[in-house]
Amino acid sequence: MRIGGEGLINRERRLKFRFDGREYWGFQGDTLASALMANGLRVVGRSFKYHRPRGVFTTGSEEPNALVTVGKGPGQEPNLRATTLELYEGLEARSQNAWPSVDFDVMGINDLAAPFLGAGFYYKTFMWPRAFWERVYEPVIRRAAGLGALSREAAAERYEKAFAHCDLLVIGAGPAGLMAALVAARAGADVILADEETRPGGRLTLERIEVDGRPGHVWAADIRAELAGMDNVRLMPRTSVIGAYDQGTYGALERLAPDVAARDGAPRECFWRIVARRAVLAAGALERPVAFANNDRPGIMTAGAVRGYVNRWRVAPGQRVAVFGNTDGAHRTASDLLAAGVHVAALIDARHGAKCEFDVPFYPGMQVCDAQGRKGLEAITLTGPRGTDRIQADCLGISGGWNPTVHLTCHMGGRPDWNAQIAGFVPREGAVPGLRAAGACNGVFSTQACLESGARAARAALEEMGLSVPEVPVPRAEDGAYDIQPLWHVPGKGRAWLDFQNDVTVKDVQLAAAENFRSVEHMKRYTTQGMAPDQGKTSNIGALAVLADTTGQGIPETGTTTYRPPYTPVAIAALGAGGRGRGFAPERLTTSHGASVQRGAEMIEAGLWFRPGYFPAGGETHWRQSCDREVRMVRQAVGVADVSTLGKIDIQGPDAGRFLDFVYANRFSTLKVGRVRYGLMLREDGHVMDDGTTARLGEDHFLMTTTTAAAGQVMRHLEFVHQCLHPEWDLRFTSVTEQWAQFAVAGPRAREVLNGVLDAPIEGGMWPFMSCGAVGLGGVAGRLFRISFSGEQGYEIAVPARYGAALFDLLVERAEALGGGPYGMEALNVLRLEKGFITHAEIHGRTTAFDIGMGGMVSSARESIGKAAAARPGLLGAEREQLVGLKPVGAVRELVAGAHLFARDAEAVSANDQGYVTSVGFSPTFGHMIGLGFLKNGRARHGEVIRMVDRMKGSQTLCEVQDPVQYDPDGGRLRD
Amino acid sequence: MTRTEGGCVIELRAKSPCDGLLPLSIGGVTLSEAAPGAMTCLMPYKGQAAALSGALEVACGIAAPAPGHSTVSDGVRILWFGRETLLLIGPEPAPELAQHAAVVDHSDAWAVVRLEGPGAVDVLARLVPVDLRESAFAPGATARSELRHMQAAITRLSADAFEIMVFRGMARTLVHDLRDVMESVAARAGR
Repeated sequence: MRIGGEGLINRERRLKFRFDGREYWGFQGDTLASALMANGLRVVGRSFKYHRPRGVFTTGSEEPNALVTVGKGPGQEPNLRATTLELYEGLEARSQNAWPSVDFDVMGINDLAAPFLGAGFYYKTFMWPRAFWERVYEPVIRRAAGLGALSREAAAERYEKAFAHCDLLVIGAGPAGLMAALVAARAGADVILADEETRPGGRLTLERIEVDGRPGHVWAADIRAELAGMDNVRLMPRTSVIGAYDQGTYGALERLAPDVAARDGAPRECFWRIVARRAVLAAGALERPVAFANNDRPGIMTAGAVRGYVNRWRVAPGQRVAVFGNTDGAHRTASDLLAAGVHVAALIDARHGAKCEFDVPFYPGMQVCDAQGRKGLEAITLTGPRGTDRIQADCLGISGGWNPTVHLTCHMGGRPDWNAQIAGFVPREGAVPGLRAAGACNGVFSTQACLESGARAARAALEEMGLSVPEVPVPRAEDGAYDIQPLWHVPGKGRAWLDFQNDVTVKDVQLAAAENFRSVEHMKRYTTQGMAPDQGKTSNIGALAVLADTTGQGIPETGTTTYRPPYTPVAIAALGAGGRGRGFAPERLTTSHGASVQRGAEMIEAGLWFRPGYFPAGGETHWRQSCDREVRMVRQAVGVADVSTLGKIDIQGPDAGRFLDFVYANRFSTLKVGRVRYGLMLREDGHVMDDGTTARLGEDHFLMTTTTAAAGQVMRHLEFVHQCLHPEWDLRFTSVTEQWAQFAVAGPRAREVLNGVLDAPIEGGMWPFMSCGAVGLGGVAGRLFRISFSGEQGYEIAVPARYGAALFDLLVERAEALGGGPYGMEALNVLRLEKGFITHAEIHGRTTAFDIGMGGMVSSARESIGKAAAARPGLLGAEREQLVGLKPVGAVRELVAGAHLFARDAEAVSANDQGYVTSVGFSPTFGHMIGLGFLKNGRARHGEVIRMVDRMKGSQTLCEVQDPVQYDPDGGRLRD
Repeated sequence: MTRTEGGCVIELRAKSPCDGLLPLSIGGVTLSEAAPGAMTCLMPYKGQAAALSGALEVACGIAAPAPGHSTVSDGVRILWFGRETLLLIGPEPAPELAQHAAVVDHSDAWAVVRLEGPGAVDVLARLVPVDLRESAFAPGATARSELRHMQAAITRLSADAFEIMVFRGMARTLVHDLRDVMESVAARAGR
């Protein structure tokens, strides 16, 4: 019910919204919760397990009950707290976990079955048969219990991630936070003030408290205005700091104002990483309920929430409101209600000696022990020395005291300390380096003490940062004492709720203790207390106090469970912002990319690079047709392939040769200038890491190539070797992968193509196999390498990348004129298979130089990385699986990569496993499939027929073991 | 193209890394491709850092910058470019430099773009973890860092202008990522 008076809403601006399909009105400044309450809605959701009707319980992000889903379709957001959801025109929200409606929910039957559904019920009941665990029980339980759901469709909403840096991060804009920010800002420090709320003030916006002779919210707005005018201050409203991490880094989730988020291109939320030299935590405190029978009835809420709705939103949460508490807060609530003209049905103060200043029915030393009214509170039952009493009330404000919001101080392993004075846990100083707690979250509760505490924390932080501390007077405000008589649980019949969101009652906690789950962490897992989206913000301390009472241990001995980030829920979409579609990973494109795509090439990913798989020609409908044609084209005429993606590392210096001798298994210091050598690089454990060619461009100048996908790994390895193993060697290296566009020109007519683009024509004799040198192409300085990965006469020609696109077009045009053309990765793979050349399919991390038949390359004369380890027993000899070529010889002609190899007549069981197939392809040159694989003692078994078995496909093929080099074994063609 | 005796004359047309992708202007922030001229990676040999700096002063009139900084004079810039590495931008490197350092041509290795306008810093703060406050990253400051998922070099040219370099082959992703956050920053600002 809306009541008169100003509040902090704008009655001039009416907003239309829908809840569960019905249309309602609210005002600018409302939250969904205040607007629903103003419209008289009491039941806004159903509980997790028992489907009990539930109403709004708080005014903040700790809200356990009023969770709603906003929007429809892909972008719908579940589990949003109505208490922090700003009302906007056209908002559409739905209640959750209720069917067909929140007023009549068929699963409400669970509530009647409650005697059977206590903690541990599922563990004990759904045990047999085992096969039902995942297929039957879990889906049924998940249907019956739960909160909101995602749409399961990809959402189009934009999210954002950002970084911010500052001297002082102030978390919370209540009296303590505002004071801290003001002091630091006036000192000239870079300040970020992050606050969950839309407007500053914290509880000042919810209470009738004066600061500096002004209403508290006016003072807060004035401070905010001053801060907003300062260049060194960044105000971050609607921002929840959700975690404290190493090195002064904090995670924060900003929810954009509805009108901003609605703009085209604007994000819905932004996940911030804020790096601060110092931080002040002024997160305030959370009011805790008292457990008594049926304390979850709609209409029962925290006393602070009652004040908040009345004072800020001018909504009466009931017509006959009772208040029950154990501090002066209960009296303040009654006072605010009276001031607003709301009938106070009773003021119940659990403290025996309490006095009352107001003309309301007053019940000192009594406690509320039960509540009636299923879909809304109708009456409460009191108990005390004077006996029991029943009072008609449609709203009850309860307060069991306040828990300092210590969460962030515990994110780096710290535990809070028990403070008996306030019956609450307070942060341990220094628990998060650089962070100070101030105000209510540090256990000081009067407004005056909070203001002073905030100013003090900022001054200390400024001093530590070496900044001058300005004189900033602390304004005057109320300075009442906090007089609490701890009260956690009122005994009685019926279920008394502790955790509203996960439906955990006092009985569940007692049962956990009875079943010997006595540690607070065990109790939590047994009962699921504190494991819902609210992470037990209103229930953790109450639950551990009940546990402490049950076990007979004290509260400090029982301790808290572990506080972990995030403080409030964070959508995965916010954490992964920017990662959709092309944002998922960088794309590296070669200079020939456009031309390849234009020719219809199917692009495949190699690391981050995109490379053409094959180039479909007219009439080709299957990749094999294109691949076969391209292979024949290279064997018979000439082909052009972009090989720019191979890693290129420029290595220079007097010790460059020695360095290469060390990192390669074979020798490079003896390589002549103008020559290229194939090299094998081993890991320290003696297995092959990578292979490639290295050219000697000058006496102290080498150019190493790596495989495409291993370029980063090799670079890292070289840095490690240089920086850590041989820092005394004088050499320098850098990646030049992207500097050069490089194309393989291969085939019997390769030289003809080159001579169409080179300034000076070349002849076979001038550029023998494995030579290299400088060339000119229309005045552009290029490099030519006589190397071949196809087994044909082959060259690789490199030009600065800016000329890559033009050169590719020209080479292809020349090649096509000679009956050739471009070829892709598929053909490249078949060509190298025919030649028995290895790729990372063969040097996959478990193979040695011996295994691949290159044991002889490991230089015996000197030390190199991996050499010693490669000589270990077990890494050499007949028992090793050795590289072989395979060809099908039986009726079945199929070879499958990944299949295993067995002796011809052996049973295909793992005990008889003799090896496996690594690469296969159809060879148009031989007219059948060919493969490479590793076979036990394979080099001694050439000519033997073995059996390939693929369990996945269920295929078996008889194969003849061959030399890996099946095409042109003496290499005459590539030397041509 | 004409064939001459003993060889042929061809003309290779140069293409810039961001060809066809830029310029771009969203919400008052512009993204354009820079044409920095020659870029040369200079890595001083053992004990040669000071000698290299001296040779640079002789050759280009500016000394080597300290880590995290760049030096600028007429048409020449030198960026600190990582551990024991400098990037000379503008002129072709003088041959003498090779006495003190490994000299490697990087002119074609990088996509170089310029992001400028009010809000440029907000755009960058959505992709780059570097502290971009002017007190920490003044004009002339440079960092090898990351831009979303890419290795990048970021240099502040003025209060509202930054130069960003990523590997040439990643140009399209660079523009994609920057456009993405430029749109969101513009929408936030209501521009």
